[in-house]
Amino acid sequence: MSDAREPVTGIEAPVYLQYQFTAGRAPSRFLSALKQGRLTGQRCPGCSQVYIPPRGACPACGIATEEEVTLSNKATVQSFTIVYIPIPGNPIKPPYIVANLVPDGANISFIHLLSECVNEEVHIGQRVEAVWKPEAEWDYKMDNILYYKPLEEPDVPVEMIGKLGVDGLEGKQS
Amino acid sequence: MAQLAAVIGTGQTRYKTKRGDVSIAGLLREAAVNALEDAGLGFEDIDAVVIGKAPDMFEGVIMPECYLADALGANGKPMLRVHTAGSVGGSTALVAASHVQSGTFKRVLTVTYEKQSESNAMWALSTPQPFAVHLNAGAGGYFAPIIREYMRRSKAPYDVGIKVAVKDRLHGARNPLAHLQKPDITMAEVEESMMLWDPLRLLEACPSSDGACAMVIAAEDAVDSSAKPPAWIRGGAMRSEPTMYAGREEVNPRAGRDCAADVYAQAGIRDPRRELDVAEIYVPFSWYEPMWLENLGFAEEGQGWRLTMEGATSLDEQGDIPWNPSGGVLSSNPIGASGMIRFAEAARQVRGDAGDHQVAGAKLAMGHAYGGGAQFFSMWIVGADKP
Repeated sequence: MSDAREPVTGIEAPVYLQYQFTAGRAPSRFLSALKQGRLTGQRCPGCSQVYIPPRGACPACGIATEEEVTLSNKATVQSFTIVYIPIPGNPIKPPYIVANLVPDGANISFIHLLSECVNEEVHIGQRVEAVWKPEAEWDYKMDNILYYKPLEEPDVPVEMIGKLGVDGLEGKQS
Repeated sequence: MAQLAAVIGTGQTRYKTKRGDVSIAGLLREAAVNALEDAGLGFEDIDAVVIGKAPDMFEGVIMPECYLADALGANGKPMLRVHTAGSVGGSTALVAASHVQSGTFKRVLTVTYEKQSESNAMWALSTPQPFAVHLNAGAGGYFAPIIREYMRRSKAPYDVGIKVAVKDRLHGARNPLAHLQKPDITMAEVEESMMLWDPLRLLEACPSSDGACAMVIAAEDAVDSSAKPPAWIRGGAMRSEPTMYAGREEVNPRAGRDCAADVYAQAGIRDPRRELDVAEIYVPFSWYEPMWLENLGFAEEGQGWRLTMEGATSLDEQGDIPWNPSGGVLSSNPIGASGMIRFAEAARQVRGDAGDHQVAGAKLAMGHAYGGGAQFFSMWIVGADKP
């Protein structure tokens, strides 16, 4: 073989990992509610902050969370990025918006897609709503929510982001 | 009272996209040999080895320290692996320093590395979890929304990040080891580069590099082997905080502020901008320069971008507090080594050993690293004068 003397500087050696995920009590309740089409969080008995996804303890206070809270499908944009590169293994076409969203009734954001929007018009404080998959496709997954889309509601003042009750701007502060 | 310790040797590889000529072990050995040579020592003079790198999943080599013992002359000696995500280069140096400051060892070799060409960092950082959607778009995708929030609060002009990107690449052009060599870079070139994670453009992000960095840290009575003066360790600190908790200050993390306060107190520094001569700060995305200027107390909250725009952090503009004269993480990013490069470059500055990127007469310098979701911090202050 003519290329036999070429030095070998590297070979492809793929690594595959498959894990069994043990949800634990709090995420297990969260995932079960998701399967029924509900977003839930847990309130910290110390600081009263509501966490989503609940992991069973408040990272700030270091104590167990038990009280379950049903959250709204409405949320507020805390911040966002417009992504121009593809996600490995994901069919979504760039540019797309990944937003840090705080659902009404919770005090912490998670990331999700923002769609049915004009990218250039997305802004901090914007009101959005979850678009769920058809009920038949619901599973124990956050992916049950396809994406969020803009709502025709007044913006949330920046100092109020992350502090709305489950009834949004109309309801009381959580 | 801890024993005094000093850096008596630093060694780095040239940073580039792919080092096809060496294995991971060869890469580390190159940096280690350079550091030993700089210290005027051989492997036989070393009492213990401390090694660090970013997550094992990057290169898919699990517990690499075990197989690297041979290459680092660590057989029959104590060897320890440190792991604190992106800040690991800094915390590895601090663990090595504490081996000496405790009085247990006289001369410790410390080495960090990443071989990004053999790695898939995006995959390794994006494992799917059922309680979250799988949208991870790398580190840039994580930090871009935090940068957007900084821009909103500070009302900084849109081109502050562009200025940092140009400044650090001009610095890097003075450093023959730097990965990106862009002596003719302009604001327009950065602005026109592809948007990756709005508001971050391609040229506002760090490259992916292969490389390793090493240091020899010695006790007070063992600093004379090197032909160059020692860099005395005047303070070292680490802090961490959870990635997510309600009300977390992500733009100006408390762990960073607390870590800086600790290291300044140890070194007797009250006004870092005035008292330090130079700083090597972990800035992998352009806007983290103004954000860390505030977090580390070089500027009041909301004012960091003014220092950048006034040229205060630029060697080329004769700034009063040059940041990242080596070109920084924006010019070279072998992830696990990036923090240690900051620490080693701080040491080079106070030893008068920084070549074309030397800050004239530098006596007191800071090295800094951060990692994870800007939640792990490590910092040190080194000085030409013995404390």
